Amino acid sequence: MSVVFEPGPDRLSEFLAGVRAEAPLLLGVVPFGLIYGVMGLSAGMPGWAVVLSSSLIFGGSSQIVFAQLWGAATPGAVTVGTVGVVNLRHALYSAAIARYLKDLPWRWKLLLAYLLTDEAFVAAMPRFRDGPTSAARHWFLFGTGITLWAVWQLATLGGVLIGAAIPPGWSLDFSVALTFIALLVLSVSRRSELLAAFIAAGVALAAFGLPHKLWILLAAGAGMLAGVLLRRFDRGSAHE
Amino acid sequence: MSEWRIVLAMAACGLITFLIRLSFIAGARWLPNNPRFQALLRYVPPAVLAALIAPELFMREGEFALGLDNLRLFAGLAAIAVAVYLRNVLATIAAGMLVLWLLQWLV
Repeated sequence: MSVVFEPGPDRLSEFLAGVRAEAPLLLGVVPFGLIYGVMGLSAGMPGWAVVLSSSLIFGGSSQIVFAQLWGAATPGAVTVGTVGVVNLRHALYSAAIARYLKDLPWRWKLLLAYLLTDEAFVAAMPRFRDGPTSAARHWFLFGTGITLWAVWQLATLGGVLIGAAIPPGWSLDFSVALTFIALLVLSVSRRSELLAAFIAAGVALAAFGLPHKLWILLAAGAGMLAGVLLRRFDRGSAHE
Repeated sequence: MSEWRIVLAMAACGLITFLIRLSFIAGARWLPNNPRFQALLRYVPPAVLAALIAPELFMREGEFALGLDNLRLFAGLAAIAVAVYLRNVLATIAAGMLVLWLLQWLV
């Protein structure tokens, strides 16, 4: 009976490969969690609420937006709407990963959707796209997602407990940008992907004034479109 | 009472976040199934990440900051160089932080 729930060799190796893929990113995630803990407290959230937000919301940038709006006594509907718009990029992740998860039972879809953060998605995407088709490959995404989840909870707790002792001069918040830089460079292997990144960066800078961080979506959309249109510049281009 | 308010607000934000992440995982059959659209999705990681990073490096408090005093720009460029040559996440994050600390100490 319990055999069903026991990870087979495939599942276990996929899971561990996911954990390994996520592990180096934690160097950037831990300082981010510590800083969020401090930020939540200074925005006036009780410590338990700061820790609870890491499992209820589970998204660094959305949690920071939540703390800022809570501190500014923003009406609830505005807060929820703003967090939603800030998070819309996750719909792109959802779309990109959907075809690989479409045959899974619902409990898996719900669990993996909950765990679908920037870092978990980007770390797992190469496995889905370039790795072998296997009935156990969703365990890889579970590995990246649950690793990030567990460490994020601990880092937030650490931030609430000891974060105030970290001098602001250490600029630990920069670790988030550095994590994304590492992920960006690793996600670029074709010329068209590089061009997509440049176009997205340019549009992000030009449209930065848009409210509710809508420039993220605009820039991402422009970059994706540019990537597809410029595919012919890829070396040895052999796509359809 | 204010305790319930914050829990409710967080739960609502968590729900909307979860639903956005679930959107196409749940509704995969509504996604166009043509190769062009699939190709578009290939560019999600580089496009989203570049969009998130660019303002972090090139702007300070909503204004363009291209001067020598924008230490994060130089630390970020150093991190990009390390990432390109070593293709290693740990080294990239560590190098970027170290360069930023070094510049802060020098300036």
